[in-house]
Amino acid sequence: MQYDLATHMKRTRTGKISLKSGEKSEKVIQLTVLSFVVLTIAAFFFFDFTGFQFKKAIVETAHNLKVMFFMPKLSHFGFGEAIFQVTITLGLAVLSTILGALIAFFLALLAATNLSKEWISRTVRVIVAFIRAVPTVLWVLIFAISAGLGSEAAVVGMLFHSIAYLVKAYSEAFEEVSPGIIESLRATGSSWWHIVKHGIVPSTSTYIMSWTFLRFEINFGVAVAMGAAAGAGGIGFELFMASGFYFDLREVGFITYAILLVAILLEMLSTRLKNRYLPSEK
Amino acid sequence: MSEKKFRQKKWQTTLFFTVIIVVTFISSSITKFNFIHSMTTFPSAFTWIFSNLMITEESFKKLPTILTKLNETIFMAIAASTTAAALSLFLGVMGSKTTKVNNVFSVIARVIASFSRNIPIVAWALILLISFGQNSLTGFLALFIGSVGFLTRAFIESIDEADQSSVEALTATGATYFQIISKAVIPQSLPQIISWTLFMIETNIRSATLVGILTGTGIGYSFDLYYKSMDYNTVALITFTIVITVILIELMSNYIRKVII
Repeated sequence: MQYDLATHMKRTRTGKISLKSGEKSEKVIQLTVLSFVVLTIAAFFFFDFTGFQFKKAIVETAHNLKVMFFMPKLSHFGFGEAIFQVTITLGLAVLSTILGALIAFFLALLAATNLSKEWISRTVRVIVAFIRAVPTVLWVLIFAISAGLGSEAAVVGMLFHSIAYLVKAYSEAFEEVSPGIIESLRATGSSWWHIVKHGIVPSTSTYIMSWTFLRFEINFGVAVAMGAAAGAGGIGFELFMASGFYFDLREVGFITYAILLVAILLEMLSTRLKNRYLPSEK
Repeated sequence: MSEKKFRQKKWQTTLFFTVIIVVTFISSSITKFNFIHSMTTFPSAFTWIFSNLMITEESFKKLPTILTKLNETIFMAIAASTTAAALSLFLGVMGSKTTKVNNVFSVIARVIASFSRNIPIVAWALILLISFGQNSLTGFLALFIGSVGFLTRAFIESIDEADQSSVEALTATGATYFQIISKAVIPQSLPQIISWTLFMIETNIRSATLVGILTGTGIGYSFDLYYKSMDYNTVALITFTIVITVILIELMSNYIRKVII
């Protein structure tokens, strides 16, 4: 191949020098954006518009949103009960996060390539990928058959995705522990468990705590959803009742504000933790 | 480290774990969660899964109808993610520290994002359901609103992190604001933007199942229908198709990410 500049330079049909590099990555970006556009346009043809009147829906939604967000009021239960329901949702999130963290810690040790055998780490990763592919609500509903609807099915179902998420986060943190630490501990004759206890845990504990809290924030949202979709109780269930059974817009508004408040508080805390302890994404 | 410091650290760790344990027990008592009982459900649940959640030939006949429903869900998730990405790009440019027009727009963009992100998608679905009724558009809008919140935050971060030298170079040539945005800011953060959009599609397919159960559309509706009529073989088939879809989309987006970033 010749590396003569004049022939190597790409030209358009008219003879102008092409400014695009023509790299693979650029082509893939173009192709991806193009397929996004095509699929989105196609999607609107696939939609099922049964019983939908555009103008009516917009006007109604505007009215509903106004009632909900400007006139929030509780009518089917009191303020104390509302707080109690929020605590139940928080409780579900706490349980699934803490139990998930506990299980994920051990699985992450098996999944980290520097602490485990390759085939074990690969098996754990495949299992985790499978768990992630099944939506949380399906896990909850499947467990509800044998455990009955309620907090147990909800927590166990939510546990699956918490574990999957945390195993990924923890094992990446473990893999970043400097090999020098592990090697020097190994040289002193430490057992595998000693390496974990005195080498891995001390150097990753802030990461572990930050990731766990990030998951807790996600789990609060999930717990609201599970209350609504799987009847697990908590504020999500009250929201489901208020909107689907009583059609009480003002109560929906109040509940939404309660959820929003907790979610924003959690987000502020986790952003702080993230900025302080976690390196920027990737 | 001195002995005193060691002792202090040990004391802190003990305190931390005590707090965690206490919080766990309080949570389990208010949610009426029984550890032992829930742990014992694991074996029975898995025996049940392996004996009942089996795809049979009979359920396999329902595959065409399930696939059309799945199609609806996939398209809903993709459309919600891409349209949300378009709006978020605008909000992201407005909200980012480096490209904002003025502080008012920046604050408005951030508030919109925070508002739509922190109200869970389920809540949006239930709110919209009241006036939009049970159709695809309700699910689409719920996913759209949730995605806007998440993507705007992600895009603001990507734009903030982008290298400023090309912006500076274009400013020096006297380029207008729109030229700077379209020629310097967007091309630089495009790989990140695509990567986040792909992530959003993956997430939205999972959420679409949940939203579908509530709004009576797509694969979520089929799942709910067969789940409630206790046709568990079909439930297994539906779960299986969802798993395959999510994994395929994940593999595809991993490939795209690897090439473009």
